[in-house]
Amino acid sequence: MSFHPKMAYGATFHKSSRQLMEPGPPFAYTAERLARFETIVQRYPPDQRRSAVLPALYLVQDQQGYITANSMRYVAGLLGITPADVEDVVTYYTMFFTKPVGKFVLSVCRTLSCALNGAERVTEEIRAALGIDAGETDQTGTFTLLEVECLGACDRAPVIMINDAWQEHQRPEDVKRLLDDLRTRGEAALTGCHHVVERKQ
Amino acid sequence: MIFVPSWPKDMEPLLTRYVREPNCFTLDFYLQHEGYDGLKKALAQTPEQVVELVKASGLRGRGGAGFPTGMKWQFVDRKSTKPRYIACNADESEPGTFKDHLLMERNPHLLIEGCAIACYAIGAKVAYIYIRGEFFHVQHVLEHAIEEAYGRGFLGKNVLGSGFDCDIYIHRGAGAYEAGEETALLESLEGKRAQPRNKPPFPAVVGLYGSPTAVNNVETLANVPLILRHGAEWFAALGPEKNGGPKLYCVSGHVKRPGVYEASMNITLRELIERHAGGVGEGRTLKAVIPGGSSVPILMPDQLDIPASFDGVQKAGSLLGSAGIIVLDDTTCMVWLAENLLHFYRHESCGKCTPCREGTDWLHKILHKIESGVGQIGDLDLLSSISNNVAGKTLCAFGDAAVTPVLTTLKHFRHEYEAHIREGRCSLPADWRARQPVGVH
Repeated sequence: MSFHPKMAYGATFHKSSRQLMEPGPPFAYTAERLARFETIVQRYPPDQRRSAVLPALYLVQDQQGYITANSMRYVAGLLGITPADVEDVVTYYTMFFTKPVGKFVLSVCRTLSCALNGAERVTEEIRAALGIDAGETDQTGTFTLLEVECLGACDRAPVIMINDAWQEHQRPEDVKRLLDDLRTRGEAALTGCHHVVERKQ
Repeated sequence: MIFVPSWPKDMEPLLTRYVREPNCFTLDFYLQHEGYDGLKKALAQTPEQVVELVKASGLRGRGGAGFPTGMKWQFVDRKSTKPRYIACNADESEPGTFKDHLLMERNPHLLIEGCAIACYAIGAKVAYIYIRGEFFHVQHVLEHAIEEAYGRGFLGKNVLGSGFDCDIYIHRGAGAYEAGEETALLESLEGKRAQPRNKPPFPAVVGLYGSPTAVNNVETLANVPLILRHGAEWFAALGPEKNGGPKLYCVSGHVKRPGVYEASMNITLRELIERHAGGVGEGRTLKAVIPGGSSVPILMPDQLDIPASFDGVQKAGSLLGSAGIIVLDDTTCMVWLAENLLHFYRHESCGKCTPCREGTDWLHKILHKIESGVGQIGDLDLLSSISNNVAGKTLCAFGDAAVTPVLTTLKHFRHEYEAHIREGRCSLPADWRARQPVGVH
């Protein structure tokens, strides 16, 4: 109800844009991940378990692909902090997903050095090929397209981070082949960071 | 694949000498090439002597500010009863910078040795390497190298029988440019949002977990073993006065051979760009250069005959910063450039200080408006007014960094802004840009 005759509280005013996190299914680490978590926590002083929140969230993401309210509660319990503390962290860092993502997350670098070498065109090609916009997942759940800020590979621009691997020197005309290769061969299709490539030779 | 193609003639590379060898990252290879000699020499001295040595070498922080490393270590509070820490800043996120990536990938033991010496010097037992989340492949290399070092007694309890204990742990970030700011890095390491703290107190007094902490960049720590091995005078003599030692330069943008180049700071920016990186493409002309990552003022083509040193670049009116040299040719629209960088800063602003959080958003909106051809002439004054209300009014240097692309392009290329407004469109649409104007995100 409104205390002001002309102000329609509730309908448009005071409407928070905050979206509640998806609760998701009940969550607990697998035994192997719990063991990994316990070794990670040892790196920090005993009264500073909170420091392990980033690695703990990476383990969640590794297990179920994205982070849900239930998993945040679980992590909060393990670390002895509140779920709000965990949500604070999850929503700040860009590498945590709060919604399901595709099998391959294509993060195209859009910052200056990559843009100077045609990153905008690469994104445009991916958009056209998949029929999705940046921030969206295609209908088959295979690809998610993201535009991200500087990845620190400016000498090999433009660069796409695909899950945790780097794909460098990408040209707009390579995009179709890359997507097809990913569909058929999975992560084996990736060349990786050139440092890694040189080492394998 | 272009990769450290040639060495500048005035100096043998020291940090990146072996990076093209196939097994340069292994401990065995490192031990064959003076590996861990610096640590041995350090352990034979007192920690105070090591700090004095690094002070005498004049080593300056390679992360951007160029603050003397020895001083930083000396400021670490030794009277405190709390444990002390080394935090290595491997959150290399400044646009145009990619030197630490190369060092960690190809010469990880140099960094580990540097961390161990730093721990010994300030009396710390633990060093955390805060690596950005996107460097997952680099993290694997580092983890393996740390394991090797533990296996041979260079890390762990009683290092090399000296009674000195040292542990190094890797902490993976999760995508935040602001985590590269030293106090924000500590916050992130403590499991919070990467937002800066008020200074003072500085980390040397109240740092990680409220304990005295020294935060050093990867390249800075990688230089420390060289000083221990060859001495402070040798190190200082490698470059101009107060700018000693080897330096890694990252050249990217519109050049033929982008890459990491190692040289002493005697080298000029023009030599780096034209001789080593091959200059701009065929038929193109050089328009401007950003000499130290996206956060520093632009230099014009006639300003490049200066030493690429901290002091040399500062004298020319810019900053060496993280030595990320971004080269722009004549196809670059400077309004587009400012918009691109402000998109970055708007996205990365941590949101703690109002001027920066709101200012970067407004700057990006106005720049986008001008670039889309619907700007008004009054917008230019608005841009400078907002910029001046952000710079110097924030907790960390991010605010100053974020407005620099706007102020510097307005200063040197005001005519381009005016042309956009007059013609109602971008006056320099290059073929490497999107065919459709990019919408507001």
